Amino acid sequence: MLVKLSSSALKQTRWYEYGVRFLLGGLATVVTGVVSSRFGVSVGGLFLALPAIFCASATLIESHERRAKEKAGLSGRRRGQQAAALDAAGAGLGSIGLAAFAAVFYVVVSTTAIGAFVAAILVWAAVAVSAWWLRRKLRITSRAGQTERIAHSARRRGTVP
Amino acid sequence: MTEYLVRFIAGGLIVSAFAILGDMLRPKSFAGLLGAAPSVALATLSIAVVQHGPRYAAAESWTMIYGAIALACYSLAVCHLLTRFHLAALPATVVAFAVWLVVAFGLLAGFGGAA
Repeated sequence: MLVKLSSSALKQTRWYEYGVRFLLGGLATVVTGVVSSRFGVSVGGLFLALPAIFCASATLIESHERRAKEKAGLSGRRRGQQAAALDAAGAGLGSIGLAAFAAVFYVVVSTTAIGAFVAAILVWAAVAVSAWWLRRKLRITSRAGQTERIAHSARRRGTVP
Repeated sequence: MTEYLVRFIAGGLIVSAFAILGDMLRPKSFAGLLGAAPSVALATLSIAVVQHGPRYAAAESWTMIYGAIALACYSLAVCHLLTRFHLAALPATVVAFAVWLVVAFGLLAGFGGAA
């Protein structure tokens, strides 16, 4: 499946769910500032990669999937958990990009502040997308190999022609 | 007080923008990449550069690398709690926060901050 951008998915989200994300995002940024000023810049830096809205996002994804399944008369509990797990797997790959963002910003910011932001964002996007693409390729290759091994084994046993 | 208000609005807006983009993207594993978007970092580092200068922002971004490694471990933990232990999303994300704290502060204790 190719990467798609669809605005229809936004209709699933209720207005208060946007509010919750705004609130959590704002609070996380305030907390990071407070931690930096009270406990020092090193501790504050850790909080720049705080999974602040992750719990809200994962819970929303789970409930959207569950609602969609329940509309069809099925229990969507398992499907909801799987969708949230996929989101978490994506965030894991994205965090490689986040580490690259921080490293590039650290190197470039002493030369040019605006350039540091631009370079760091571009590197974040490139690294995160590459990590996702590489994982996808590896999964497809390993699945193809597995299918081939099963078919070969079945042919040897004579269960398939 | 004004500083915190600016932080709150800037952080809220950037986080919301990445969240909306994440909602629109398919497949879900790709949209998940935005769960680790530098949304809080963009708001905080911008304010840090303006208020304290590039050296302060650089020091903050150095330990952000530890935070990002901790976030990778956290995401992995959430994924396992959901798929292997069949926990619901809310308890899984809350329980796994302990992993983020241990890894982030463990790396800071082990390697220290920027020189």
